[in-house]
Amino acid sequence: MTDISRRQLITTGLTVAAGASGVVVAAKLAQRHGLIPPDAGVFYGPGETLTYAAQRLLNRHAMAREFSRSQISTNPFANEVDRLGDEFTRMQAASFVDWKVVVDGMAARPATFSLAEIRSFPTTTQVTMIGCEEGWTYIAEWTGVPLSYILDRVGALPPVRYIVYRSFQSDWWESIDMADALHPQTVLAHRMNGSELPVPFGGPVRLRVPRQLGYKSLKYITRLTLTDNLKPFGKGTGGASSDAGYAWYAGI
Amino acid sequence: MNAFLPIANGETAQVLTRTKSAPQKRHSALVRLTHWLTTLAFFALLLTGGEIVLSHPRFYWGETGNVNMRPWLNLHLPSSRDTVPTGYGYVLPDQNGWSRYLHFEAAWLAVATGLLYVLWGFFSGHFRRNLLPGRFSLKELTASVKEHLRFTRPGQDETWSYNVLQRMTYLVVIFILFPLMIWTGLAMSFGFDAAFPLAVHLLGGHQTARSLHFIVTILLVLFLLLHIVMIFVAGFRSRMRAMISGTMTTGRADDVGTAASAVRRSEARPQRRATGVSP
Repeated sequence: MTDISRRQLITTGLTVAAGASGVVVAAKLAQRHGLIPPDAGVFYGPGETLTYAAQRLLNRHAMAREFSRSQISTNPFANEVDRLGDEFTRMQAASFVDWKVVVDGMAARPATFSLAEIRSFPTTTQVTMIGCEEGWTYIAEWTGVPLSYILDRVGALPPVRYIVYRSFQSDWWESIDMADALHPQTVLAHRMNGSELPVPFGGPVRLRVPRQLGYKSLKYITRLTLTDNLKPFGKGTGGASSDAGYAWYAGI
Repeated sequence: MNAFLPIANGETAQVLTRTKSAPQKRHSALVRLTHWLTTLAFFALLLTGGEIVLSHPRFYWGETGNVNMRPWLNLHLPSSRDTVPTGYGYVLPDQNGWSRYLHFEAAWLAVATGLLYVLWGFFSGHFRRNLLPGRFSLKELTASVKEHLRFTRPGQDETWSYNVLQRMTYLVVIFILFPLMIWTGLAMSFGFDAAFPLAVHLLGGHQTARSLHFIVTILLVLFLLLHIVMIFVAGFRSRMRAMISGTMTTGRADDVGTAASAVRRSEARPQRRATGVSP
């Protein structure tokens, strides 16, 4: 049992070498195909990378479940919102005529859109579920401008890999990859259940990312930044949630 | 090392009794490795799952459920969110960030370990030989149930093989509870449901999946408690040594176990074969 033969030594050595180079090749391939999340470097990065890569391989083009109108929740929960402040209250009193969404970064034609302009853009409507990482859910009908339409309009430049989006609440910002940014159900929602999007639910405009948890569906959107690198933003993990120790990818 | 594989019949037990102090192989390396990896993953999943539940300790059926809706089960625990009406005057610290990260990392470990074990189990004959109950009568089964209820110490025969109740329990845990756990867990993932909507439709909705995930957790915790109790009844040191080093020595003082009042099952029913397994 104790003496290791030369053959065993060679076999073990070759297996270890093959395993190690396999991991390196897999990492290179994953990087090239955009399967490494921006928070891969955190303590729980390995598990996170497996989850993100596996889901992206399975669901890149998959649609979030849609429900019938009869399934729309009669008692949705808006979750609590930190105080929005005097400036917000002033804009709300003026029906958000001054609300602006800035689109900048890697765009051929960076632009600033007023709420009226956003409301004039073509819309899609979806009846989807929103779920909180805490475990609760509700179903609503959301109407909004596909994010892909906005990206088209400003002329997103090919190297763009992520969309960073910011809330009126300056502490809140998130980012998504292009698989979600260009996904037909990812919309700048400004209507909910047939009415203007209520403020507690993110009005006047909220990004809906129905294939991820609620914390990626940021409320009170004021800025979209197109980038190929998340490092310069916050602590570099790609969002306020991931900077605070939550997973960047919230598809699970 | 001989190629002798211990099996449960009287003759083998006799042979083993004669070779008293020589350690014999009990659990294969793969069973031991996957057992302890599963243990590690299970405790990580249980702890983090508990933390996640504390952020919303209420359960619903169907697709939707939130604090504006009536839960079928309210755990009446304090919560890590001030939006949940708990009746307690305080809010627990938020642990969901690392808990969710670790929950899914541990789930990967559990699934990878489970796959390795199940593939090996089928190809090596482990399931057929060690987990599938052989022919047994209803009388034998009820006798076994009675013995378990009396916490009777198992005899020599069960040192080398699982009894029929044990086999059935392990089969339920491995082929029903663990798969249900993975299924209901994945069904709560919005990204997974987009790719496989049937996974959640067949269960009856997102909140039903969450409720079932919790119920199966309770069943697995009950199994774990029973598992630990039975290890103590059978002899903690010998059973732990078998699962760590893979070997078991028979007839030694410490193998007799800790509970002095326990009646040796083989003495109580010397004529009975515990498992009905065929060699």
